[in-house]
Amino acid sequence: MKDPRFLRWSLLAVAFLFLALFVGLPIAAVFVEAFRKGTAAYFEAIRDPETIAAIKLTLLTAVISVPANLVFGVAAAWLIAKYRFPGKKALLTLIDLPFSVSPVIAGLIFVLLLGARGIFGRFLDAHDIHIIFAVPGIVLATTFITFPFVAREVLPIMQDLGSDEEEQALTLGASGWQILFRVTLPKVRWGILYGVILCNARAMGEFGAVSVVSGHIRGQTNTIPLQVEILYNEYNLSGAFAVASILTVLALLTLLGKKLIESRIRVRA
Amino acid sequence: MTAAAVPAAPAAAAPRRSNRGSLPGFGLSLGVTVTYLSLIVLIPLAGLVWKTASMDAGALTRAVFSTRALAAYRLSFGAALLAGGINVVFGLILAWVLVRYDFPGRALVDAAIDLPFALPTAVAGIALTTLYVEQGWIGRFLEPHGIKIAFAPAGIVIAMVFVGLPFVVRTVQPVLVDLDVHMEEVAATLGASRLHTLRRVILPAVMPAALTGFALAFARAVGEYGSVVFISGNMPGKTEIAPLLIITKLEQFDYPGATAIALVMLLASFVALFAINALQAKIRK
Repeated sequence: MKDPRFLRWSLLAVAFLFLALFVGLPIAAVFVEAFRKGTAAYFEAIRDPETIAAIKLTLLTAVISVPANLVFGVAAAWLIAKYRFPGKKALLTLIDLPFSVSPVIAGLIFVLLLGARGIFGRFLDAHDIHIIFAVPGIVLATTFITFPFVAREVLPIMQDLGSDEEEQALTLGASGWQILFRVTLPKVRWGILYGVILCNARAMGEFGAVSVVSGHIRGQTNTIPLQVEILYNEYNLSGAFAVASILTVLALLTLLGKKLIESRIRVRA
Repeated sequence: MTAAAVPAAPAAAAPRRSNRGSLPGFGLSLGVTVTYLSLIVLIPLAGLVWKTASMDAGALTRAVFSTRALAAYRLSFGAALLAGGINVVFGLILAWVLVRYDFPGRALVDAAIDLPFALPTAVAGIALTTLYVEQGWIGRFLEPHGIKIAFAPAGIVIAMVFVGLPFVVRTVQPVLVDLDVHMEEVAATLGASRLHTLRRVILPAVMPAALTGFALAFARAVGEYGSVVFISGNMPGKTEIAPLLIITKLEQFDYPGATAIALVMLLASFVALFAINALQAKIRK
């Protein structure tokens, strides 16, 4: 049943206006502000040693936390999709937990646990191990925040595709690892890539949790989002937006990758 | 694969090792999952409970119910409720337009809806602030009329609408796709007006999904920090959201105070999580 013409047009107008206001204008603002002082100033802001250090730290964080969550995500999806066992629902709820915890609280729990006045603070201090206000804390908080992404994207696809092929491989004498690497992982590869892309975007862009544990030491414990905050608070607007534009491009590429994979998954289904 | 090609049921062909399922790797995948979950999520969260338990009950109550904390909850929960409501209205419209209408640029619109998931919150925060300040692209039209958005509660709502934008659309979309168009046609043939069909056929079908989206958007907005902190102004008692108050307390080394507020917010998000699970069970029925 088709909606009458005036209704179609007005609903479309509302939808477009809403998206222009909340998506189009903010993106446009990032690039306009970034280039306000010209291309030379833009590249100077990006080549700044502090910004380079922030980019390196963000990459390091993602390189550790994304693979960790990938291995966990595949293990958890395999466990939940392939077996029946008591407590499965509770396990799923626990895996989702980081999605519903405020990023600030995610940072706080690691400060309470591992900070100088935390539960393990004295022990860590005695052994000269620095986690909070140092790189390990940033990695930990980021891993917590991005914890469910891969598991959550791979699980439904593994469940949908079923276990018939795996069972057949088993009767043909394949080992568990052979089944995983030759049968299951090729089947769910697009789901894995999808989860990894989303996990990576969040890992590189996380602000709240990282802000709590980082200590904001310039050139040492600043990630790209924290560098954006510092420049912005110093009223270096074009610098802040130049650095922010790196993250915006990352977000746009993430959306593009997401769409491409979605069409792949839909074709296969 | 036809049914005739498989005379025996596959389940009977493969000998079952246990009633869990026949594939190997149960122990290993359980071990990896539980160990990693404990190390990254459960033990750190338990630390918060441990810290709370070791606090003086009087000090805890004072911290939870301090005037400044109460104002922060009121602002955070109130703004998140309002933003969630706005997201329901526009989310339903966006989902309807995307599912039912064919128009140029539909794929682009569909992709744009996920931007708040992909754009780092700090970037969203400074971009929105720049738009709504006095000289900003939008602010300059509102300021002469005495409408203040940046550094006022309205700005907090705007930022929360941004972060919650995808949730309602993404929960309602699949329900609208599945919703039988014939039911609407039948209702129309039986003489129901469009408004009547909307109220009696469409809205009841999408309501559980819309409420799930609302709960998800609300939970996200309450805990949101990066997008909100730049536009909010951060005046204690006026535009100070609860997550910011936690950070302020931490910076003053007031760990019990930070823990107390975190506990209240954590409880609120568990209630939201519980509501989401209950609603999803209802949708699946």
